[in-house]
Amino acid sequence: MRVRDRSCALLLATLVCAPAEGQVILHGFAQAGYAARVTGATLPSGGGDFLVGEERLQLSLSGRIPAQVGGFAAKADFFHDAVTGKVGLEIREVYLDVGGGTIGARVGRQVITWGTGDLLFINDVFPKDWTALFTGRPLEYLKVGSDALKLTGQVGPVGLEAIAVPFFEPDRLPSAERFFLFDPFPQITRRTSEKPRTDLGNTELALKVSGSLSGWDLALYAHRGYYRTPIMVPDSTAAAPSLLLRYPRRNVYGASARGAALGGVVSLEAGYYDSREDRSGADPLLPNSQALFLAGYQRQLSADFTVGLQYYGERTLRYDRYLSNLPQGFPRQGELRQLVTARLTRLSKYQTWKLSVFGYWSPTDEDFYLILEVWHSLADGVWVSAGANVFGGRSKTSFFGQLDKNDNVYVNLRYEF
Amino acid sequence: MRIFRFVAAALIALSLVAGEGVRAQETQSPAAEEIMRRLQQAFFYAGQDFAAKVGMRLVDKTGHERRRSLTMLRLNAKEGRNQKYYTYFHAPADVRGTAFLVWKYPDKDDDRWLFIPAIKLVTRIAARDNQSSFVGSDFTYEDVSGRDLGADAYKLLREEAMAGRDCYVVESNPKAASAFSRKVSWIDKTSFLPVKEEYYDVQNELFRVFTADEVKEIKGHPTAVRRTMKNLKTGHYTEVVFENVDYDAGLEESLFSERSLQTPPAKWIQ
Repeated sequence: MRVRDRSCALLLATLVCAPAEGQVILHGFAQAGYAARVTGATLPSGGGDFLVGEERLQLSLSGRIPAQVGGFAAKADFFHDAVTGKVGLEIREVYLDVGGGTIGARVGRQVITWGTGDLLFINDVFPKDWTALFTGRPLEYLKVGSDALKLTGQVGPVGLEAIAVPFFEPDRLPSAERFFLFDPFPQITRRTSEKPRTDLGNTELALKVSGSLSGWDLALYAHRGYYRTPIMVPDSTAAAPSLLLRYPRRNVYGASARGAALGGVVSLEAGYYDSREDRSGADPLLPNSQALFLAGYQRQLSADFTVGLQYYGERTLRYDRYLSNLPQGFPRQGELRQLVTARLTRLSKYQTWKLSVFGYWSPTDEDFYLILEVWHSLADGVWVSAGANVFGGRSKTSFFGQLDKNDNVYVNLRYEF
Repeated sequence: MRIFRFVAAALIALSLVAGEGVRAQETQSPAAEEIMRRLQQAFFYAGQDFAAKVGMRLVDKTGHERRRSLTMLRLNAKEGRNQKYYTYFHAPADVRGTAFLVWKYPDKDDDRWLFIPAIKLVTRIAARDNQSSFVGSDFTYEDVSGRDLGADAYKLLREEAMAGRDCYVVESNPKAASAFSRKVSWIDKTSFLPVKEEYYDVQNELFRVFTADEVKEIKGHPTAVRRTMKNLKTGHYTEVVFENVDYDAGLEESLFSERSLQTPPAKWIQ
């Protein structure tokens, strides 16, 4: 802790002193965010209503590297988690850019976003923080940085992105300490998590080839890596039963297209998830391979009112094998999971107010998730957002249905400088 | 003989007068269109390319002020009327790094892309309504990049001086439903820049006024470097100041791409 304090102090001092050099620009924000469950239900773990209670200072430094070499950027968050009383430092991003033009590289911790979905992800295989989404934290916290080497190139009209991520970063999922969740093994409390080892051979690789054809943005994607949501493997050989949480290998191949059509913007995306450790679908603990697809349509209905609709489907392959191997008592997933989403956004008062509604609804799982938000800019750089996350479903085991008791309201206040 | 001569002379005279009359009739409405075409050329198409640092002051009726600072780059297509715009936001802090790309077509909806730096997301945005506010200001997208010439019918009302300049006064009447029912423009006879424009709503009440407050000649192109749009209904106004204006700076086609959204071109973004 003392070492960390000292490093924090050092980093702060560097950040504060840096602008004197002239080459470096300091920005950041101070933010307070709170989210509380309003269902009145008490967690089995004894946790209270507050899902988020934190104060956060982000310092962001960026600048050009002299002699036309490139640039750099760093974002560090100092935060106090009032729910647990913990103080921390989170390095959101630190990267260097070298080159550019025909070929360039971005090296370091960075946020990468691919694909065309709006809060639906097929080819965006990069780490996400679902807890942030479910508790109304500002959108940027949905994305988690990857420690990666990214090469970008431009060959005529074709853009290339090649990414190597040697250090695995899982998705951040709601924890049982703060959320009501479905747990298939409630009796096993001893749990260990095992991330892929940081071996060279475990390096994740991703490739995107993109281009534009008569106003349409087209892209092909490939990824060799891991599922970012762990599977649970019971270990009954030990004296006390325990669960191992691990991340199976996965390859992803996909494509997307997006362009102006039907008086709005149409996007289409598809992907194939190759579950490399269970291609036959025989192992009930491992996910089966899947085919995923998405179609979206966004349209401006009037000057300050926009509507977006999406249809999303994921088809489990080798479904017969899945069915025949599913242990008794486990909830059964359908062969085709479908989701429909709608987003309504209304701006008013010179865009200082934004009302938005985003809803997921699954006709197959019969569950839903609704996000209602009011955002208001108090002055330049100062805004407040307040909203509600509402979950529900017929079954307590489906994706959103399990979150039913976590309906929450939130408020965020931020000053950016 | 004499009478023949007289009739001939009369016929010639008559045809001349008639000809003049026909010509005068022909020139009247095309003249208004020609003025608007030249306005569009001078105001939105000057040079092969254009670069400027744009400062905006958004002031509400209580005097409360917001500011926007952005870099705007524009490239005209080598042929035809297509244009590409690239906008990078420096301030306010909550939109810093946001970049906006528009491929503008006179005959169909624009293609628009937006880059949100916090999540490194390039997204495409629906661009149906060119009369929506540009970044929360009193200017609309149309005010920033021009309204299609075919969208209105034009009438030359008169010629008169305005703000010390000799002007044509042209009325524009939208052919389809629009945010305004008519617009009256005072257009400088020499520079063809608008000196003042008045927008009337469906009740024929004046609700928005544009004024070019300062014009400078830059590389031979008269440029309205300071301009204001005032909304008379809300009392809100926006003042725009163009700095570091440059024409024919040699902006490359590749600047106006998704790549520039992700990685802003440092050379042009000062």
